[in-house]
Amino acid sequence: MKIVEKTAKTVDEAVELALKELGAAKEEVEIEVLEEPSKGILGLIKVKQARVKVVLKEGPSQKASNLLKQIFKSLELDVDIKTTENEKSLLVDLKGHDLGILIGRRGETLDALQYLVNLSVNKNQETRKKIIIDIEGYRNRREKTLQKLALKLADKARQRGRNVVLEPMSSQERRIIHTALQGRDDIYTFSEGEEPYRKIIISPKK
Amino acid sequence: MMKELVENLAKALVDQPEKVVVNLIEKDKSTLIELKVAPEDMGKVIGKQGRIAKAIRTLVKVAATRQKKKVIVEII
Repeated sequence: MKIVEKTAKTVDEAVELALKELGAAKEEVEIEVLEEPSKGILGLIKVKQARVKVVLKEGPSQKASNLLKQIFKSLELDVDIKTTENEKSLLVDLKGHDLGILIGRRGETLDALQYLVNLSVNKNQETRKKIIIDIEGYRNRREKTLQKLALKLADKARQRGRNVVLEPMSSQERRIIHTALQGRDDIYTFSEGEEPYRKIIISPKK
Repeated sequence: MMKELVENLAKALVDQPEKVVVNLIEKDKSTLIELKVAPEDMGKVIGKQGRIAKAIRTLVKVAATRQKKKVIVEII
């Protein structure tokens, strides 16, 4: 956590100096006035300056970007990090050259990264923020692929009148498939097995 | 850079970051990375069924691939 103490003629001026040094906006900090300024009366009392303590708050997006920056530095990758925060979740969008290496086979590396950032940012926090990391629209592309796969395998299950077992997937990916097939009355879906090998089974309705 | 990576990840996960120690042992064909944390923090770097350890290894693999090396991460 970064802390800066400043003195100036007025509280506002002192705060401004501190913000400048921290490179932060007023919403990102907590301000504590250590000493109110006094002008002195007719030069009898000494003039006192305002003194403030400004603490840079580390929100989830700050924490997530800091950790990601460290990781990318170690990996010698040049990555642009953009965060969008709302009440329940934090979206982290990564852009850069040749980031396929960060996605990995079927998003394995991206999921590992997302999992670790989630754990770290939510460590010892009262409220959990769900962090979703995306690279160059990968999550969206993957969602479309899974939806297509779901429809194809659902038809297969119906035609053959037998269960179709999918390969193990993360809960995020399983949800996409369950949702894609929710409205159908010819088949139904359920999951089986223990994490991280939990997989979906598409079963024909008799 | 791989040592740094494991160190930073471990420090971000545990409650006692000052007790994180990472050793890098170079061998002929591979690199061994030893990660030591406070006993109370073991669970935070291993996780249920080793899920956290697996995620750390996945990221280290990225660094290793870039250096064309075989890397083993051991938590001790």
